[in-house]
Amino acid sequence: MSTTDRRDFLKTGAVAGAAAAAVSLIPTAVHAAGNDVIKVGLIGCGGRGSGAIHDSLEADKSTQLFAVADFFEDRAKGAVSNLQKKQADRVNVGERVFHGLNGYKQLLESGVDLVILATPPGFRPVHLEAAVKANKHIFCEKPVAVDGPGIKKCLELVEESKKNGKAVVAGTQRRHQAGYIETIKQIKDGAIGDIVSARCAWNNNGIWFNARNGSEADVAYQIRNWYHYLWLCGDHIVEQHVHNLDVINWVMGAHPVKAVALGGRGFGRKSGAPEEVGNIWDHFAVEFEYPNGVPLYSYCAHVPGIVSDVSETVYGSKGRSHVNRYSIGKKRVFEGTEINPYVQEHIDLIQSIKAGKPLNELQSVTESTMTAILGRTAAYSGQVVTWDQMLKSTNSTMPDGLTEQTALKVPPVPVPGKYKV
Amino acid sequence: MKVRYTVPSLVLAAASVGVVFATSRADDAAKQLVPPAPVVPVKLDLPAKNFTETLPGTEVKFEMVYVPTGEYTMGSPDDEPGRDANEGPRRKVKVKAFWLGKCEVTWDEYYKFWNDEKLFMAGEVPEDLKKVLGPDAITKPTNTFVDELYDHGRDGHPAVCMSHHAAMMYCHWLRWKTKKGYRLPTEAEWEFACRAGHDGPYGFDKAEKLGDYAWYKENSATKDSTDPNSRRADDGEPTTHKVGTKKANKLGLHDMHGNVSEWCLDQYDPKFRESLPADKVILGAFNKPTDKKWSHVVRGGSWADLPTDPVNRLRSASRRVSDRTWMKNDPQVPRSIWWLTKLDVVGFRVCVPVEEYPELVGLKPMVEKKPD
Repeated sequence: MSTTDRRDFLKTGAVAGAAAAAVSLIPTAVHAAGNDVIKVGLIGCGGRGSGAIHDSLEADKSTQLFAVADFFEDRAKGAVSNLQKKQADRVNVGERVFHGLNGYKQLLESGVDLVILATPPGFRPVHLEAAVKANKHIFCEKPVAVDGPGIKKCLELVEESKKNGKAVVAGTQRRHQAGYIETIKQIKDGAIGDIVSARCAWNNNGIWFNARNGSEADVAYQIRNWYHYLWLCGDHIVEQHVHNLDVINWVMGAHPVKAVALGGRGFGRKSGAPEEVGNIWDHFAVEFEYPNGVPLYSYCAHVPGIVSDVSETVYGSKGRSHVNRYSIGKKRVFEGTEINPYVQEHIDLIQSIKAGKPLNELQSVTESTMTAILGRTAAYSGQVVTWDQMLKSTNSTMPDGLTEQTALKVPPVPVPGKYKV
Repeated sequence: MKVRYTVPSLVLAAASVGVVFATSRADDAAKQLVPPAPVVPVKLDLPAKNFTETLPGTEVKFEMVYVPTGEYTMGSPDDEPGRDANEGPRRKVKVKAFWLGKCEVTWDEYYKFWNDEKLFMAGEVPEDLKKVLGPDAITKPTNTFVDELYDHGRDGHPAVCMSHHAAMMYCHWLRWKTKKGYRLPTEAEWEFACRAGHDGPYGFDKAEKLGDYAWYKENSATKDSTDPNSRRADDGEPTTHKVGTKKANKLGLHDMHGNVSEWCLDQYDPKFRESLPADKVILGAFNKPTDKKWSHVVRGGSWADLPTDPVNRLRSASRRVSDRTWMKNDPQVPRSIWWLTKLDVVGFRVCVPVEEYPELVGLKPMVEKKPD
């Protein structure tokens, strides 16, 4: 294609639906020349979103911030003005600053090539679906869902996004980290023999909580404290520990088939009405089983004063590997310097787009998210739960008829033995 | 439920500690907020010898070593092996007497601050209370994004991944708790204490004795003097060790070389050293810290350094300058002002001057969270 055609193509690509379907067979090496601008749309302008757009601009000089959307108008505007102060030449937002629950729809129609999905995870399946249907390249933060129906949607989108020939890179940045890649390559090459078991953890002090701003509506208050609400966060096993579970899935080349678990809420969270303080737990201990019978012992906790531990360990017939420290037995297998993995994932994404070989990580990040939801469900319910059972789950956490002014009832903290799978 | 705060007028007079009860939830511990600048005496009226500090209301104790006033030549000569250009030009400096932590600040100590239930976490101070107190009430660190230990030991081990601001705020908290003028040591004080009268590369006579005094890359891959939490020690990897387990220097200070690099108070300015007069003895010789997040200096090298590195950071005069990359693994914007993500070689020790330099009276942490 000539440059002009490419530009036209990009415009066409911005139109969702029929037009997108019509061009989906055209190869995606639209940026092969290396000097085209990649228009990036940022959906979710909180701490991570603001970090992700930074990383995207640092990753490749062809990216440009083109549009933003956030539930809160001041957040959306703030993200733009912060970047304008630092890198005005990379910001071309004009009037494309959208807000509210439907801001993402306007953003997807604004002519962006690539979207960053960085809102609280509860909204992710809906945003992913809209972005795939709008035929965009996608950088999608983890986790990709917080419940069974959301997972189901993501699994359906895997095929569709591949058919579009668009890239989907997930925020599981360890998969883009040189030390992890080398260590896991050596494990897969037999460095510790046959894998007999694995262990992973994310235990630390916990997470922030923001006081209510005067009389702000429930929805706004809960979104500002999204981490503490199941419908928005999925609980810390899904939101955070998913990173470590993802590493073990990567090593195993598979996902677990069942889980049994214990956990609760008692030490690291505020107490009070769930509307005010949220309804997630603060500790989980899960025993997963992989198809070949290999167990994974997984721990995550947010409890002040406990020993912190964020790690992945794999035990083999010939030794063990602390994957997070890049060690096999007592030897470091990677000592080099790494590019910041949060930037590296964007480098890999954009290079894959430019090479016309778009990376698509949606399947693996969906499986890892599902692994975490499986562990959470086993713990909440106190039952053995299988992967297939979870796939059939219709248990949706998303509140019905959500609007910006909704007074939002919050379900109670799950009680094992009573919670239904 | 709306809460009304009343602040006793004595807080506004900054004469002592005000108490504010925030009971937005019945079970919330009442939070005690302190005036922005805890008032401490300019001169600490204690005998000229070591003392033991006990963190009020806890079992945690640490030793403070008395360092008498003295003069010395700061910096390193051009021909010192492993030297970096920023260690010169050398200047004659006088420091007033002070107390310096016998050891680096340990997790045991730091956790008492981090988990102080009477303090709000940064970012959790209710809006209406902020209006009363201004932005700089003592706040405790946000929780770490990942993990603060990175598989190093905890109990008795030095606190790591500390930002300069976190070290400053810990000192600020100590002032409030103890009514003593705790702060970070200036570079001039730190180097004077590290040298302990030695003009050469280390604060002892022979370079080959480094292993007696310091934990560094060659000797730190051992389980000796570590706690059971240390997965690195288990694996025979270089790591931090319990403080005070190597030999003390002549002043009685441990781990000035190695274990963790230690923050000094000063704002780093590459031209500052040169700006000091070469022909007289300079009193204090510090460059006062500002509200800037970067740059400052850590000193003394760490468990991860080698004397054979191109720049030997373990030496008395070595100055490692902080910069943005020390937070490159923080995925958030704005980045944390409390934690150096993955930079598990940086800690600090605390200092109390006998009589504070006038320029440093009323010093407080000033860094605010904003995109940088």
